[in-house]
Amino acid sequence: MDELDCTIVNRLQEGFPVVARPFAAVASELGLDEDDLIARVGRLVDKGALSRFGPMYQVERMGGAFSLAALRVPRAAFDRVTRIVNALPEVAHSYERAHDYNMWFVLATETPAGIAAAVAKIEQATGLPVLNLPKLREFFVDLKLTADAP
Amino acid sequence: MNDVRGIALDAADRRIVVATQAGLPLTPEPYHAVARAVGLAPEEVMRRLQRMLDLGVIRRIGAVPNHYALGVRANGMSVWDVDDARVNELGARVGALSFVSHCYHRPRVPPHWRYNLFAMVHGRERGEVEVKVAEIADLLGVACRAQDVLYSTRILKKTGLRIKTVLSAEC
Repeated sequence: MDELDCTIVNRLQEGFPVVARPFAAVASELGLDEDDLIARVGRLVDKGALSRFGPMYQVERMGGAFSLAALRVPRAAFDRVTRIVNALPEVAHSYERAHDYNMWFVLATETPAGIAAAVAKIEQATGLPVLNLPKLREFFVDLKLTADAP
Repeated sequence: MNDVRGIALDAADRRIVVATQAGLPLTPEPYHAVARAVGLAPEEVMRRLQRMLDLGVIRRIGAVPNHYALGVRANGMSVWDVDDARVNELGARVGALSFVSHCYHRPRVPPHWRYNLFAMVHGRERGEVEVKVAEIADLLGVACRAQDVLYSTRILKKTGLRIKTVLSAEC
């Protein structure tokens, strides 16, 4: 990423306007052409610097639910369990972490009852008990990562 | 216990959610492209997106950077066993620290899990995360009885939210 890419990433974390030509609006703020901005955003998405670009929906506000859950997976079973967990559409993302609880994943479902159903499915398919840690409260401050040119 | 309630979305809102959850089209008039895909007027799509923003159904519209691509290689989930009577007050202070990207109060699950406060801390390497974790420890002081930091060693899946037709986030 060059300096301009960083400026674009930082600016686009601040929000994107809901107007007929939003890229033109942001481009003029940054002193760019609309087409250049669109092309650069496309490249940043293609090369994975942006994991996505668009609205960030809050599932709970739509009646859905999120939970953070974890498994203690025996080393030898790790790949098999990863396949089982990742195959579920309810699993939005999963990470391996250096801990006794070595697999952590976020469940996102369309109803609160969907979380329990997904947990049951994972327990049944893996034979492992799920540590289910739904948030009780979020202390939310919308902070952005700062992109710096290397 | 969650302080958020579901907000009624109608069928047209849901079509917009489904059409945009993977991202906005990268064209000069992205909302017009969405409008064509869902069979609504562009003004109607923009009005509905703005309403969802105002209601918090959409947290924001914009870019979601990949931490790793930004040189953030150490991603530590710090977990804390904090006095339940003080967790709201302390969680709010930890959540306000500039380097904490997400902060949550979660249940304990004895005997397996004793930690009730979670704070995500990112850094270019682990040493940077450790310095930040020490700052949190200072802030919590005697209210903290135990702590741990779980570093991610691999991303196994990252698709974000996918709803089918009814609804469907980031973390």
